[in-house]
Amino acid sequence: MANPDFAGREYPATAPYSVGREKLREFSSAVGAAHPAHHDLVAARGLGYPDLVAPPTFAVVVAQRAEAQYVQDPDAGIDFSRVVHADERFTHHRPIVAGDELVTVLHVDSVTERAGIAMVTTRCEIFAAAADDGAPEPVATVSSSLVIRGEDS
Amino acid sequence: MADERTQPLLADLAVGDVVATGTVELDRARLVRYAGASGDFNPIHWDEHFATGVGLPDVIAHGMLTMGSVVGVVADWAGDPGAVVAYQTRFTKPVPVPRDGTAVVEVSAAVGAIDADAGTVRVDLTVTHEGAKVLGRSQATVRLS
Repeated sequence: MANPDFAGREYPATAPYSVGREKLREFSSAVGAAHPAHHDLVAARGLGYPDLVAPPTFAVVVAQRAEAQYVQDPDAGIDFSRVVHADERFTHHRPIVAGDELVTVLHVDSVTERAGIAMVTTRCEIFAAAADDGAPEPVATVSSSLVIRGEDS
Repeated sequence: MADERTQPLLADLAVGDVVATGTVELDRARLVRYAGASGDFNPIHWDEHFATGVGLPDVIAHGMLTMGSVVGVVADWAGDPGAVVAYQTRFTKPVPVPRDGTAVVEVSAAVGAIDADAGTVRVDLTVTHEGAKVLGRSQATVRLS
């Protein structure tokens, strides 16, 4: 079962994720996000953005990579065949745009267990890597809860 | 530089207004496409044998695909996808996707709350499949002028 010792853990910042135009177009098409600002540079710039804009849930792609550090760690005790996604929450401090170099700090906010059902909540703080020596810029916070059914449930 | 003509104004909205509705059709190919685009290759979303083996009725849609698909009506209504400053949901019921045909998901977006000081509106999404809600407490916060 989910190892309670992981609660409160904070991981080092990930290597940068480079947000590419074609990845944004691909993801947008996959979720049916048809707004021109996801696909057309002129439309995105017309709205004041430097490049194509990510759809509201694109940050999950970045967050899932960071979450893998935790959920794929054998010591965490998370059996993915028994996992159900319980909830997801995005807070955008500013829109993600193509060209961003994003680093993520993963937090395991809680690991609880009741009646054979475990719930883990993670939080990814996503930052834009600073171009110079400045502080990283907060871009998005992605919180996710997973329910892990017990062996008998 | 936003195009004012296409963007709703906070002052014109009232709690309860239905601002957008839409339909999303999901088939197996769409699930595979989302798996590739998102990097979520959990076999419950594309392998029927695996899905039923872990107690699911059929292959089910990624919750994140449903969540990501239905918010499009809000982004389009806002006129600017970047105006969606927060978005959350609970995944209350899986959406089974048959081998043949499609699973139809319906979305209705209504004004849940208006925060004039913050310049934001909370849009509540009602998302159903075959008459049953599949997302719970699904809320998008949209910044408007």
